[in-house]
Amino acid sequence: METITLQKPDSQFLRDVRERSGQEPSNCYQCGNCTAGCPYNFAYDIPVSRIMRLLQLGRRDEILQCKSLWLCATCQSCTTRCPNGIDVARIVDVLRHMAREAGYATERNVKAFGDAFLESVEKHGRVFEVGVVAGYVRKTGRFWTDIELGPKMLPKGKLGLRPHSIQGAEHIARIFRRYRGEPEPAATTGGETK
Amino acid sequence: MRIGVFVCHCGSNIAATVDCPSVAEAAKLFPDVVFATDTMYACSEPGQDGIIQAIKEHRLDGCVVASCSPRMHEPTFRRALERAGLNRYMLEMANIREHVSWIGKNKELNTGKATELVRIAAEKLRLNTPLFANQFDVTKRVLVIGGGVAGIQAALDCADAGIQVIMVERETSIGGKMAKLDKTFPTVDCSSCILGPKMVDVAQHPNITLYAASEVEEISGYVGNFDVKVRRKATYVNWASCTGCGLCMEKCPSKKSHDAFNEGVATTTAINIPFPQAIPKKAAINPEFCMKLQKGKCGVCAKVCPTKCIDFEQQDTIVSEKVGAIVAATGYDLFDWTVYGQYGAGRYPDVVTSLQYERMMNASGPTSGHIQRPSDGREPKRVVFIQCVGSRDKSVNRPYCSGFCCMYTAKQAVLTKDHIPDSDSYVFYMDIRSPGKGYDEFTRRAQEQYGVQYVRGRVSMVYPKGDVLVVRGADTLAGTQVEVEADLVVLAVGVEASKGAAHLAEKLRISYDQYGFFMESHPKLKPVETNTAGVYLAGCSQGPKDIPTSVGQGSAAAAKVLTLFAKDKLESDPQVSSVNQNRCVGCLKCTMTCPFGAIKDVKDRAGNTKAEVIETVCQGCGICTVTCPHGAIQLQHFTDNQILAEVNALCQPELEF
Repeated sequence: METITLQKPDSQFLRDVRERSGQEPSNCYQCGNCTAGCPYNFAYDIPVSRIMRLLQLGRRDEILQCKSLWLCATCQSCTTRCPNGIDVARIVDVLRHMAREAGYATERNVKAFGDAFLESVEKHGRVFEVGVVAGYVRKTGRFWTDIELGPKMLPKGKLGLRPHSIQGAEHIARIFRRYRGEPEPAATTGGETK
Repeated sequence: MRIGVFVCHCGSNIAATVDCPSVAEAAKLFPDVVFATDTMYACSEPGQDGIIQAIKEHRLDGCVVASCSPRMHEPTFRRALERAGLNRYMLEMANIREHVSWIGKNKELNTGKATELVRIAAEKLRLNTPLFANQFDVTKRVLVIGGGVAGIQAALDCADAGIQVIMVERETSIGGKMAKLDKTFPTVDCSSCILGPKMVDVAQHPNITLYAASEVEEISGYVGNFDVKVRRKATYVNWASCTGCGLCMEKCPSKKSHDAFNEGVATTTAINIPFPQAIPKKAAINPEFCMKLQKGKCGVCAKVCPTKCIDFEQQDTIVSEKVGAIVAATGYDLFDWTVYGQYGAGRYPDVVTSLQYERMMNASGPTSGHIQRPSDGREPKRVVFIQCVGSRDKSVNRPYCSGFCCMYTAKQAVLTKDHIPDSDSYVFYMDIRSPGKGYDEFTRRAQEQYGVQYVRGRVSMVYPKGDVLVVRGADTLAGTQVEVEADLVVLAVGVEASKGAAHLAEKLRISYDQYGFFMESHPKLKPVETNTAGVYLAGCSQGPKDIPTSVGQGSAAAAKVLTLFAKDKLESDPQVSSVNQNRCVGCLKCTMTCPFGAIKDVKDRAGNTKAEVIETVCQGCGICTVTCPHGAIQLQHFTDNQILAEVNALCQPELEF
C-alpha cells in the first residue's frame, strides 16, 4: 500500500467540503458506526468511515476517484447513527458533486442514469420514464437492464409511451440553463455539469 | 490616603498584550496614588517582598494589585499586607489577566482597559476601611450524604478520628453501587467481601449515626454551624424492633415487586431486605406493591412478624441535626439506555445492562451466579459486549467518557469465560481506556489469556433472528462491516449524575455542571472542596470515577473535614451586611428578602423596632442592601459609596495616557 504523506494535506479540498456541506469532518472520531449501518457497504470499494478518515487527511484524488460515492443510495443511515451529529450522507453528496465537477465518474452507469434523468426533467419539467430508459440505454448500451419490470409496469400505466410535459416546463428548463450559466435561450444538452 | 499600585506582568501572561509599565505610569496620576510600579511576578516571594517594602518606604495605607483573578491570589496579597502591618481589607485587586490580557489581543485597547480597571480599584480603595473578623464556635460533627463506598470511607475516617458522623442514605441499605457488583477489577476480588467489612464498621461504629431510607430535606447555616433536617421516609416497619429475620419476606404474597437492588433482573416481595449483607439489615415495605397499603387487604407480614414491628400507619419523620461540615457523596446513576432503540434496549429481553449482568453473575443475585438468558433461561454461549452506550456520544448529550466501562467490560468478559468455559465473548470498543495500576495488563490478559475478541468499532444495530440476536457493527481496523450472532448482548451503560443531584446541590448551595455533577473548587488543586465553605465532595458525585479513586476521595474529604475541625474557633468573614441603627426605620423589608434568614428584628433602648444582622449567618449576597429604602443596611467592603465610586471612575471621559 502507498505511504500517505501527512505534511501536505489538500487543505483547499477540506475547506471546500466543509463549506459546501456545512459539516465539520474533524468532529469524526472514527467509531465506524456509519460503516456498521451502511446497507451498500458490500459493494463499496472504500467504506464510508474510511472516506471520512481520508477526508481528514485531505486525500482529494483518492476520495473523488472512489466508487463508493456513486453507489451511495443516500439512505442516511450513516447520518442517523453518527454519534457526533455529522450529516455524513450530505458530505458524500457533496463529494459526488465534486467528483462530477472534476470529471470523475468511476461508476459510469450510475452517472449515465443520473444524466438521463436530468435530461428528461429538463425537457418535460418532470420525468418521462420511457424517455429516461431510452436515454440510459443509449448512453450505456445496457438494453436488458430491468427489462423484466416492463410487463409488470405497462398494464398499470406506469410506462406511458407519450411524454407529457407539465405546465411551465420552460421555467424548469430555465433553471438548468441558469445553473450552467448559459444565455437565454440556449442549447439543451442536459445537466452534464451538475 | 496613600495608595500604592503594583501592576503584575505574570511573565508574558499579562505583559504580552498589556503595556504594564505604562499602566503603572498612568496610575501615578490617580488621586491618592503615591507609588506605582510594575513587577514581573507579584505573587512570587520577591514580588511580595517588593510590596511589603513599598508599604514601609512610602508609608502606604492601601494597595492595588493589578494581576490575576482574586480567586487565585487574593489570600496571598492579603497576607502580604498583613505582614507589612496593614489591615487585609486595605487591598484591592484589578483582574487584568482573565478580564483583559487573556481575552483580547489588541495591546492598545488592553492597556486602556487595564488602566481603567486599576482606576476603579483605586477609587474603591479610597473608601475602604479596615475590617476585623469575629470568631465563632465550630460544631465538630459531620454530615455524610450518601452511603456508597466513597461516603463510607469518609464516614469511617472521620469517625475513627473521634468525630461524630451523621450518615444519610436514600436507599434502605448502604453500600451503593459497589454492593451490587460481583467482582472488582483488575484483581477480580469479590466486591462484597471487601466492602462488607466496611459496611459492618459503619453499622457498629459508636461515632456513626446512620439514617437509611432518608433524604436531606433542608440545610441552613454556614460552615461550622449547619442545621440539617433529615426526612426519614416511612418504611412501614419499626426499625427499632425489626431483627431482620426475613420471615415477612417469606410470607409476603406480593412477589412481583420491582427489585431495584437487582436492577430489575428479578422481582422481589413488597416487604423486603434488599440483600443478605444489607446494612442496616431491616425490612422495608415498598408501598407501590404492598396489597395492604394499596387495597387495604392482606397484612400477612404483620401477622407473622415475631417482634410485631410492622406499622402500616407509619409516616415520614423529620430529624434535625447540627453539624459543622458536610460531605456530599451521592454517587451516580446509569444513563437511560432505552434511548438506544437500535440496540433493542428495553425491547429485547436478552439485551441487558452491565449492572444487570453483574447481578446475574453474583452468587447472591437472583440467578445464584448462573448466567442465564432472561428470555428462556438458557446459558449463553456467545456474549457480545457493546461499550460506550451513553458515553462519548454527543447525539445523546453525553460527550464525556464514563471512565471505568472499559475495565468492567474486560472484567465481565473474563468472568464470562470463568462461568461458561466454552463461551465466546466479543467486545465492541472505540478505544480501550485503562490508565491505572495493572489496568492495561488486565485488558491485555482478557484478550491474550481468555481469548476475548476485541473489535474496534461501534455497533449500528442489534436485531433478532430466531432465538439469537444479530449484532452488526464495524471493525474499523479491518476496515469493514462485521456481524456476530449473540445469545446475550451486554450494554456497557455510561454514568450520569445521581437522580436529584442538582436539587441537592441547590440545598447545599454548591454549583453543578451541565450534567448535574457537583463542581469542585479547583479542577486540580481543590478536587474535594466546593466553593461553599464546609461542604466537601467525594466519589462519583463530582464526576465518573472507579472504586480506588472514590475511596481516595472519601479519605481526602475526611482529611479536609478534620483540618477544618482542628481549630476550635473559626473566623467569620467580615464582608457581611451591617445595619446603621440611626437610619433604620424598622420596616424589616430586609428580613423578608434575606435568603439566609440572617436578619432578625430587635428593639433599641427606646423600644423602636430595628433590624440586626446575624454576622455568622449572613453570606454577603447584598440583597438586603438593595431592598433597604433608606440605605441603612450596607454590605461591608461593598458599600453603596464604594460601588458608586467604582461606577464614577468607569464613567469618566476617556482617560489620557
